[in-house]
Amino acid sequence: MSINLDIRLKRADKVYREDENITGVIAISSTSDLKHDGITLTVEGCVNLQLSSKNVGIIDAFYNSVKPIQLIGVTCEVSGSGRLPAGATEIPFEVPLKPKPNRVLYETYHGVYINISYAIRCDVRRSFLSKDLQKSQQFLVQYWPARNPGPPPHIKDNRKPVQFKLSPTTLASGGAGAPDFLLKGQLNSICCSISRPLTGHLVLDRCAAPVRSIELQLVRVETCGCAEGYAREATEIQNIQIGDGDIPTNVDIPIYMVFPRLFTCPTLITPNFKIEFEINLVIVFHDDHLVTNNFPLILVRE
Amino acid sequence: MSSNYNIEWKTCTDEHFSAKTKGLSGVKTTDHPLKTAIVTERVPRRILGSQPSTGRTTPVSTPSVILEPLSMALEGVDPLTAFAIEEMDPLTKLAAQESRDKVDSSQDKKLSDYKCEVDAWAMKKASILSKYTTSEKISIVTSFLSDGDKVVVKAQSTAVDKMQHRLEQLDYIEEGSQTRLDLSQTEYVNRIEQLNRELVSAWNSEQRVKALKIAIQCAKLLSDTSVLTFYPSKFVLITDILDVFGQLVYNRLSTKTDSHKLGSKTKLPEDFTPEMVSDSAKETCLNWFYKIASIRELVPRLYVEMALMKSYYFLSLSECQEALRRLTHMINGIGNPLVAVYARCYLCRVGCSLSNRIKNKEYLLQNFHRFLQNYQHLFSRSVKGELAQQKVSQSVYMSLFTPALDYMLQTVACDNSDALLNELLERCKVHGNSSLILNTVMSAFKPHLISARTLQFLEMIEHCLDQGIPLHSLLRTLGLCVSVAPPPLEHRRQILSTAWKHITGLKQVEEYIACAEPWVLYVVKYFSHRELNTILGDIIDHIAPDRSYEQYYNQLKNVVENIVLNIQDFEALLVMDNFLPLIDLFQQESIRVEVCKKVLSGSNSNLIFVNDAVVVNALMFLCTVLHDSVNALTPEDEYRQIGDILCHVIKTIDYGRDFEQQLTFYVEARASFSNIDIVFVQLVQCVNALSVKTRQIVKGLHTRKTGDFVRACAAYCFITVPSIKSAKHRLRLYLLSGQVALFNHCLGQADACFKAALTTISEIQNDKTQFPESELIPYVKQFLSILLVVPDNPDCSVLNLTRALLNVLQGYSWESNISLISIYLSVIDMLSVMAQEWYPYHIDKVESNDSLYGSDKKFIAEINKICSVVTNELMSKLQSLGPCTKQSTFAIELFVKLAVRNDLTNQMLVLALNLWNLAKRDNTLDTKYLVCETLDENNVSILCILPDQNKKLRKKTNVRMQ
Repeated sequence: MSINLDIRLKRADKVYREDENITGVIAISSTSDLKHDGITLTVEGCVNLQLSSKNVGIIDAFYNSVKPIQLIGVTCEVSGSGRLPAGATEIPFEVPLKPKPNRVLYETYHGVYINISYAIRCDVRRSFLSKDLQKSQQFLVQYWPARNPGPPPHIKDNRKPVQFKLSPTTLASGGAGAPDFLLKGQLNSICCSISRPLTGHLVLDRCAAPVRSIELQLVRVETCGCAEGYAREATEIQNIQIGDGDIPTNVDIPIYMVFPRLFTCPTLITPNFKIEFEINLVIVFHDDHLVTNNFPLILVRE
Repeated sequence: MSSNYNIEWKTCTDEHFSAKTKGLSGVKTTDHPLKTAIVTERVPRRILGSQPSTGRTTPVSTPSVILEPLSMALEGVDPLTAFAIEEMDPLTKLAAQESRDKVDSSQDKKLSDYKCEVDAWAMKKASILSKYTTSEKISIVTSFLSDGDKVVVKAQSTAVDKMQHRLEQLDYIEEGSQTRLDLSQTEYVNRIEQLNRELVSAWNSEQRVKALKIAIQCAKLLSDTSVLTFYPSKFVLITDILDVFGQLVYNRLSTKTDSHKLGSKTKLPEDFTPEMVSDSAKETCLNWFYKIASIRELVPRLYVEMALMKSYYFLSLSECQEALRRLTHMINGIGNPLVAVYARCYLCRVGCSLSNRIKNKEYLLQNFHRFLQNYQHLFSRSVKGELAQQKVSQSVYMSLFTPALDYMLQTVACDNSDALLNELLERCKVHGNSSLILNTVMSAFKPHLISARTLQFLEMIEHCLDQGIPLHSLLRTLGLCVSVAPPPLEHRRQILSTAWKHITGLKQVEEYIACAEPWVLYVVKYFSHRELNTILGDIIDHIAPDRSYEQYYNQLKNVVENIVLNIQDFEALLVMDNFLPLIDLFQQESIRVEVCKKVLSGSNSNLIFVNDAVVVNALMFLCTVLHDSVNALTPEDEYRQIGDILCHVIKTIDYGRDFEQQLTFYVEARASFSNIDIVFVQLVQCVNALSVKTRQIVKGLHTRKTGDFVRACAAYCFITVPSIKSAKHRLRLYLLSGQVALFNHCLGQADACFKAALTTISEIQNDKTQFPESELIPYVKQFLSILLVVPDNPDCSVLNLTRALLNVLQGYSWESNISLISIYLSVIDMLSVMAQEWYPYHIDKVESNDSLYGSDKKFIAEINKICSVVTNELMSKLQSLGPCTKQSTFAIELFVKLAVRNDLTNQMLVLALNLWNLAKRDNTLDTKYLVCETLDENNVSILCILPDQNKKLRKKTNVRMQ
């Protein structure tokens, strides 16, 4: 006797927004009659915070991980105890996506220290002789466009292009070891829509030594508040090369980066934790000398 | 039955017919109803991996009309044709494909543009692969090329296990076996092939991530220029793989969509809109693009995105256009100019393959402009460093750019014209008349545009400063343009003098001849033979020293071929001072023969009548070269070809009314071309024709002079024929010459010819393969009918020739008696006619036996004597044949002959009756039509109704009984 339990969501991309209904079917296929003590459906969503081992001790990190913040937790009974006939059974369901009181449904995010994830779970309870069946299905939550709980509006509306100019003199290190170079460029905005790529361009005005590579590094900055203060950690999400080899001078090179899904979310600042993003523009010279320029980003869902 | 009806037969006349058909209305038809189904489109064969599968669509075979279930079963291509297609060598296959594509294109103009572009690339591809090769070691860094698959596929029980296993596998691929190999070129190509297979098999076994990784690794190879000269070939090999990958992704997405909305069976139409695409397919597609957007390195990211470009249409209609624009911009970030230009080339190619979707071709031009923008970067320090390190010269380096640039500009120039060309030339000037850009422009734009500006180009070439494409290549490219499309009339001379000034200054013979090749064509087409002569002289001056021409036979051959194919006045060419010396340069026998053959074949189509002594001499010289090349080892076909050419030349040479000169020429020709049979045959035919022509002119009344001349002709034939090896020709020509001689009243010569023919017949019985009996019988019968009018030679006995013929026939070793019997039957016919008072035909002004003997009794008796001998002979042959169908047929024939030709004497009547009985003995004889009845006691009327196809031939002979 083999039983298959599956949850199939109606939307192929599995993306839902607050107040929407999650619709789908519970599909059970069984080769024989299935007796059960009830079927329940649970929608869960929570923020998992973990402390970095750098800030606290390893053991502390392990035990003291901050309690998860539950954002949603709804359980409903699909069916009381009963019997399903042999073959495939499909039970359609519809669950409204509503947060717990005083909570906001943050966007799904997978980071290193912070994870925001949602899942819908189906339990089929059975008599003590046989094992209970359980199936869990992840789904994604997104904000309604322009309804972000995120940063204050004055930053969001600040869509001016950001000009930058890099040369040995502008470096914090005073330009020691760097060849003579001048790099100009602009980011079209540092407040970006998460669904659209980061754009801009740069021009290498002059450069004494050949460039090996120009890269864009997308960095997440996760901050967790806890009893002993807070921990701030910056880690790389992805690194994209935009210039390869000895690029010609005085030529427009586009800055273009697609924000990866799941690993980015709109910039989130809450009392307990923060998720922020930054861009590093990295110029690697032929002698492996490295020049970096950092731009904080604000991501919004539009 | 029919007699019961009163049938009034009336022949259907035109009038009646038109009256009958007037009432009918006609419908114009485009198709014959009995014609078999025609396949209007055919599924092009696709070989996975070896095809530039840049989205070549697969047209569904849709036969327009299917009338027969049989042809339907064959699905358009009958198996034989299919085999034929399959077995074609790749070249013909390409041609066939092309021609098929052409058929398609007439139906869909839009499609044709796109196809021509694809074909253009396919052609380019082959030339790139053959041109850019290396003998150096090429390194390849990859993890997918383990000799045996070390990853053991474990039994995976649970999903978790499966996942874990998959991850392990991926890790293994990522880190485990990244190896760096140094390979020779062929090994490298094999490896890439292997990667291709690996990719397809990974894809087919659902390992899509692995397939993507292979694609990325392949693309990564393109950022490595460690062996510069091999780079273009590498590009071709790897983009093939990327194309396959792109197609795989596209196909999967479209099958994912197929079942959505459109029902499970329908396929996604070629120009689908995103609304028709299912959500899950969209989601998968989006995933692909997110995935490739996160590829770390620039070059692989760009290439893989380009490979997947077509799939953007699952998401939105405008995205693709936008991506083309963006990628055009992003390629700026590639520092290595060579890598960048090839990336642009691939982008253009991908764009072109979507040309049915993308109407805005702006990106093509954009790409070229961006290349021009970065042009100076070709001379940057890092390039110089790389060149120095690999010991590659600047000009070789520049030449590596040409395939990509040519392709890009061709796509642009396809429908752009004048304005763009002017603009590009301006830009070219800005870059110091860059040779690379000039060369690309010249080869990409339509020749007529280039030709119109030839002077400007020449000037720019002169002012070209850089060390890129060398002067001779530029001149050659320009030469190719001007030779195809004519430059303005008023410039032609100046162009030639300027260009040739440069060409003649080239010191290297190789460069010189490469340039001269197209320019000679230019001269041939637009100038008189005087200029051509000068140019040819210059060529000879350049390549004659030190026997350097020996290495450039191919180019010289092309030169000669171009001249021959394009020259207007062929005679002038042959008279030219420098043409024959040029031919003389071909010292190697085989090539020399080939060239002569080309020239003569060219002359055959150009010359009609030649009588100029110099031209004739030149032709004879060329012919002699051909003739002398024939030896025992010459293949049959070659022998035949040469024979044909020589015959044709002989036919062309015509001195008009100067018959003696003509005959003299034939005598010379016989002396020079003694090795080739067919030429002799031709000569004999020609001389016979000459002889007949003479007679026509004098209207049968020969003067002494013409009489001598025709006798000379007859003598010529008589002594030429024996040298012909083929007995068949010999026999026929003897007969023909005899007839012609007779026609010209040369009785002695005619006699001699006929006797010679008889001797030949007796000779050939030793080798019957040359002239089989089946051919001999009609020959003898023809001979007999000629003999009828041949007057007897007074020096010999009566009917000397006929007797001789009979003797020969009797002595001939026949395979069966049947042949002889049928000949004898004809002999009886001929002899009976001979006995008549007035023969049915005569030769004008030749007195035949009828007037010679005037039915003299002795003469008739002689004929009767021969007849009896023949009849006796016939009877014995019939006897020996034994009873059979054949026997009865012959018996009845002889019976008829007896009845018709003979005054039946008593004895003969008995014979006739015997024959009749003999004939009746065989049951197969249809006696229904053969009735023998007794009318009264004294008279036997033999009524023969012989079956003769449709009508009954009635012959009634009353025979008086004595």
